[in-house]
Amino acid sequence: MSILVIAEHDNSSLKQATLNVVAAAKAIGGDIDVLVAGENCGAVAEAAAKAEGVNKVLVADNAAYGHFLGENLGELVAELGKGYSHVLAAAGTTGKDFMPRVAALLDVAQVSDIIRVESEDTFVRPIYAGNAIATVKSSDSIKVVTVRPTAFDPVAAEGGSASVEQCDVVKDAGLSSFVKEELAQSDRPDLASAGIVISGGRGMQNGDNFKMLENVADLLGAAVGASRAAVDAGFVPNDMQVGQTGKIVAPQLYVAVGISGAIQHLAGMSDSKVIVAINKDEEAPIFQVADYGLVADLFEAVPQLEEELKKVL
Amino acid sequence: MKVLVAVKRVIDYNVKVRVKPDNTGVDLANVKMAMNPFCEIAVEEAVRLKEKGVASEIVVVSIGPKAAQEQIRTALALGADRGIHVETDEEVQSLEAAKLLKAVVEKEEPKLVILGKQSIDSDNNQTGQMLAALTGMGQGTFASEVVVEGDKVNVTREVDGGLMTVSLNLPAVVTTDLRLNEPRYASLPNIMKAKKKPLDSMAPADLGVEVAPRLSTLKVEAPAARQAGIKVADVAELVDKLKNEAKVI
Repeated sequence: MSILVIAEHDNSSLKQATLNVVAAAKAIGGDIDVLVAGENCGAVAEAAAKAEGVNKVLVADNAAYGHFLGENLGELVAELGKGYSHVLAAAGTTGKDFMPRVAALLDVAQVSDIIRVESEDTFVRPIYAGNAIATVKSSDSIKVVTVRPTAFDPVAAEGGSASVEQCDVVKDAGLSSFVKEELAQSDRPDLASAGIVISGGRGMQNGDNFKMLENVADLLGAAVGASRAAVDAGFVPNDMQVGQTGKIVAPQLYVAVGISGAIQHLAGMSDSKVIVAINKDEEAPIFQVADYGLVADLFEAVPQLEEELKKVL
Repeated sequence: MKVLVAVKRVIDYNVKVRVKPDNTGVDLANVKMAMNPFCEIAVEEAVRLKEKGVASEIVVVSIGPKAAQEQIRTALALGADRGIHVETDEEVQSLEAAKLLKAVVEKEEPKLVILGKQSIDSDNNQTGQMLAALTGMGQGTFASEVVVEGDKVNVTREVDGGLMTVSLNLPAVVTTDLRLNEPRYASLPNIMKAKKKPLDSMAPADLGVEVAPRLSTLKVEAPAARQAGIKVADVAELVDKLKNEAKVI
């Protein structure tokens, strides 16, 4: 078996999710090649070559791939993927965008968002917003699979010594072009890969009050998230949303502040190792999944938390 | 321009999902069904494009059992002009759905195809992209804004780091994310009028597509339940537990 993993990156650095996907590839077994498709992405290829368990890194460095447009990546990966038994990518917004195109061009089904590998052709994935877990078997000759990164422990980022080869396949479908990007700027860790996440819900009352969470996050080196209720109420932007319709997170510590615990939020964070809930409503469903629950007014508890943490950290 | 909207009949999003005791799937007997929420957003976007004078006709298509006509009628009540029902009682997976929709696209020749980004039952997030690939169209996935300008459409997409805008040649495929719009409710007079709007029914074979699933579901289980933990009395105890018991800070 041979597996092609499509690297997730921003042209300058390799995203950790790639290491999680390589771990899923190892669970399948076989030679693992990594494709780095982008523009001026040499540093990413070097990083990928150091990842544990990688056999070969292919670099497709061309302006056509600079913004990861699904039309162009789809054609590239479909062509390269013909030589492999499996094609894997992280189930982030980039992988979700181009991978179904790859599957369609190869005339195979795609298995989305797997959380476990049972065998080379059988995978486990959540359906119905995580309310059911399906085990599915693919009968296709090439398995096109997207992987939920948080479900697999990443391989080591260092220690490997894969060869790096240039891939000069240029696919510009000419269907789409990049216009602009508005990426949230933050010095805090990325929500999807942070070790600690502190999230606020509707109980925060407004966007300014998220400053309280940011203060705690800065003490802990945590990322700040939000429930869909807080996003829909306009407190914070959508890229902070944790849940089935937002980001799926599984940090070591998840602190839910003023979040009631709607099913769709739980679907996005219930794989966290330790969950803390701070809510003044004792009956809030979030307490049913929390390891440590504190029934308290968040406007008193969060500043206290900041003070207590300053004492012990 | 003509807009094609694909909608799917799924379990109502308010219904609590229960796994069947024999682990063959989710219990859908006597369960309320509805239009997939992302598909409602797709219909709403098409209707808004028509209200702005950008779209001239909205054709709504659904693939599924006879009862899927209810969802087509809902879309007609919301403002779509006519319906196409591809009737099958078989399980239709994303790739087959995309092939069926491709056949409909070739017949109807819409300038824009709008779909939900995923259905809330299978959570695949594939059909729109597959349709775009099979028809050679560009795609604006996870859209939060759609602006048609001449022979192009600018789509602002919800991506992991924020927002990204792409420009696509028409015809193109757009898949909707939650913040694209807030769908309206159908009024009673419009529900009545929808009953008189044209609805064509056909079989997959009429479109020359064989429905043959590639993925087989071996079993479906309920997720492992998480146990509730303890309540702490105050913040000091919480910090103590996190540091000394859970050892996560």
